Amino acid sequence: MRIYLDNAATTAIDAEVFQTMLPYFTEFYGNPSSQHSIGRDVKSAIEEARKKIAQLINAHPGDIVFTSGGTESNNTILKGAVRDLGVRHIVISAVEHHCVLHTVEYLQQRGDIRLTVLPVDNLGRINIEELDKVLADSEEKTLVSIMHANNETGVMIDIEKVAQICQRHKALFHSDTVQTFAHYPLDVQSIPIDFLSAAAHKFHGPKGVGFFYMKKSSKINSHIHGGGQERGWRAGTENVAGIIGMAKAAELSYEHLEEERAQIKLLKAYLIQEIQKAIPDIRFNGAIDDTSLYRVVSLSLPPHPMGSLLLFQLDMQGICVSGGSACSSGASVGSHVMSAMNVPTDRTPLRCSFSKYNTESEVDVLVEALRNLYKDVH
Amino acid sequence: MSSFIYFDHNATTPVDNRVLEAMLPYFTQNYGNAASITYSMGLNAKNAVEAARIQVASLINCIAQEITFTSGATEAINTAIKGVFWRYKIKGNHFVASRTEHNAVIDALQWIESQGAEVSYLDVDENGLINIEQLNQQIKENTVAVVIMLANNETGVIQPIRKIAKVVHDKKSILICDATQAIGKIQVDVQELGIDILVLSAHKFYGPKGVGALYLRRKNPRVSIEPLIHGGGHERGNRSGTLNVPGIVGLGKAALLATEYIKMYQEKITPIKEHIENQLIKKDIAKINAHQVNRLPNTINAQLLHLKAETVIKKIQNKIGISTGSACSSSRPEPSHVLLAMGLSPQQSHHTIRISLGIENTMEDAEVFLKLIEEITVF
Repeated sequence: MRIYLDNAATTAIDAEVFQTMLPYFTEFYGNPSSQHSIGRDVKSAIEEARKKIAQLINAHPGDIVFTSGGTESNNTILKGAVRDLGVRHIVISAVEHHCVLHTVEYLQQRGDIRLTVLPVDNLGRINIEELDKVLADSEEKTLVSIMHANNETGVMIDIEKVAQICQRHKALFHSDTVQTFAHYPLDVQSIPIDFLSAAAHKFHGPKGVGFFYMKKSSKINSHIHGGGQERGWRAGTENVAGIIGMAKAAELSYEHLEEERAQIKLLKAYLIQEIQKAIPDIRFNGAIDDTSLYRVVSLSLPPHPMGSLLLFQLDMQGICVSGGSACSSGASVGSHVMSAMNVPTDRTPLRCSFSKYNTESEVDVLVEALRNLYKDVH
Repeated sequence: MSSFIYFDHNATTPVDNRVLEAMLPYFTQNYGNAASITYSMGLNAKNAVEAARIQVASLINCIAQEITFTSGATEAINTAIKGVFWRYKIKGNHFVASRTEHNAVIDALQWIESQGAEVSYLDVDENGLINIEQLNQQIKENTVAVVIMLANNETGVIQPIRKIAKVVHDKKSILICDATQAIGKIQVDVQELGIDILVLSAHKFYGPKGVGALYLRRKNPRVSIEPLIHGGGHERGNRSGTLNVPGIVGLGKAALLATEYIKMYQEKITPIKEHIENQLIKKDIAKINAHQVNRLPNTINAQLLHLKAETVIKKIQNKIGISTGSACSSSRPEPSHVLLAMGLSPQQSHHTIRISLGIENTMEDAEVFLKLIEEITVF
């Protein structure tokens, strides 16, 4: 038995998505740039996928660029905005994903930009007035890059409000929506956003493929040069099966958006309720109300002699959860997100992230396992 | 699609069923993130990636730690060229490259030129080969790297990489080699050839699209790069981003099967290739570019004597898949830069087709093609 509660790290591919991808490995295997029929058929399938994704976020298909994933998307946007759009000041929050954080730190080290890192409170939230003030004082061309939902805590920002503030101060706005695309409706026409990024494997699509949206007025040049694929915005033979799979996964997610949200929200509420009964000294990292991502809850476990080895105990019972983000789960350094929120270091963060495949009885197993682990610890 | 004859394997190949089979479990069952090493499903994914790394390393005779996985050859080329440019600024800003490199290399070089690099291009002779003496003269004190492809994607011409590497190393520079077209078709041994940085792509040898690899030599000399993609520090910091586990597993499996492919190219495909070439010449349909030099066993670059490439391709496109030049530039109307560099006129270039065979092609396929092209030529 395996209980997979780490859907913020990656998700299982939906069987329907997988079936849609399969013919593109062995039957429709052409290179979309080829002129013969086998190439052209593939090319039109890719353009269909682009249209589908554009529709979902109310964008023009020409504003969608396929990439190898969220990390490449974020790198392309941040570096491109500095290189091509004259950005000299970048504002991020202290809890951005490493691919944003390390990219802007790199740009700062090169002397390309001034970097402002907005602190978060102990619930993981930035202060909107502070952002307003930073932008009012910013004389250079500025880009704000703030994630829609944090991958470790699920804490969300009001993307619309942030976008409006950016618009008022004529700052560009990028949101890393890797954790929220295809889990929340996003409309790039109603939100004044310049860039957003997504990765297929976070919504039951395949790994190795993602996309970014860029507004017509904020076009950046290619980060990867070569053949003229993606109308010159991203070179390299297209990951055809991956792109087809991503579009299908997005389509399916959007079809069931509301019912899945309702179902998963119940699971999260159930876990919060049950864990409090099982471990009275439980706390939570970040807000757990409706302003937080319905898929993620970060438990703050009381001190335990086993420390972070607790995760291995859970693994032995078939439970897959993580300490923080997958990308840094091997690192011995503590999470920058937890320290930005001033979480006491003697407590162990444990992230549970749900998908449509999880059930209440799986939550029961997790709670029971944790109850047992804490039975004699008081 | 079964009656369709695919002669465009340098553009891309179908995925080998055995490769697909190896990939399948990592889509739906072992779907863990390879960085989620706190539980066994994540560790399984990581182990699968590491097994694939060993498979790719054995294919080119290096150690696993020298392999970095990327989203494909284009990303790997960009990482190599830009990464070396950024990392070795103290040494200099000069690059040397042949004029017949793939567009990904040319475009990446042009981009670093816009960022302050200086690039010297090497001419090629009528057979597409560079001149070793010219190479020797072009490498200066501040030459950071020489970029030469192993086999050309349009003509299949194989450069004398071992000799090139010796000159490059004598002059204390490093050799970046785009081996995308050679891998899986001929033996490639980075030790024997003296390659410092090598680029390869899975979908050119029966692996999936969207995955490739970069070889970075760790000893004699040790080369390093600045990453193109920053983030969680995956791939020893050389390339961040959640690993494409099924893709990487597929690349590993293709690398494992490559010995078999190479043998088939040699034994089964070479005679078919020679037959097509001989017939095209004999029937006065075409002459073969770079006919007399060492080329890939699958690539035919034929200059049609009576027809425009475009005409032939359009006429047969629903029956046989061939191309004018590289797939990546097939939407560009300009004549092939590779053929121009070999001294062909723009008109001759527009008369040239590329036929690139694959291991599943047969002598019957060749006959069908020859009959068709003969009909078109006559009428």
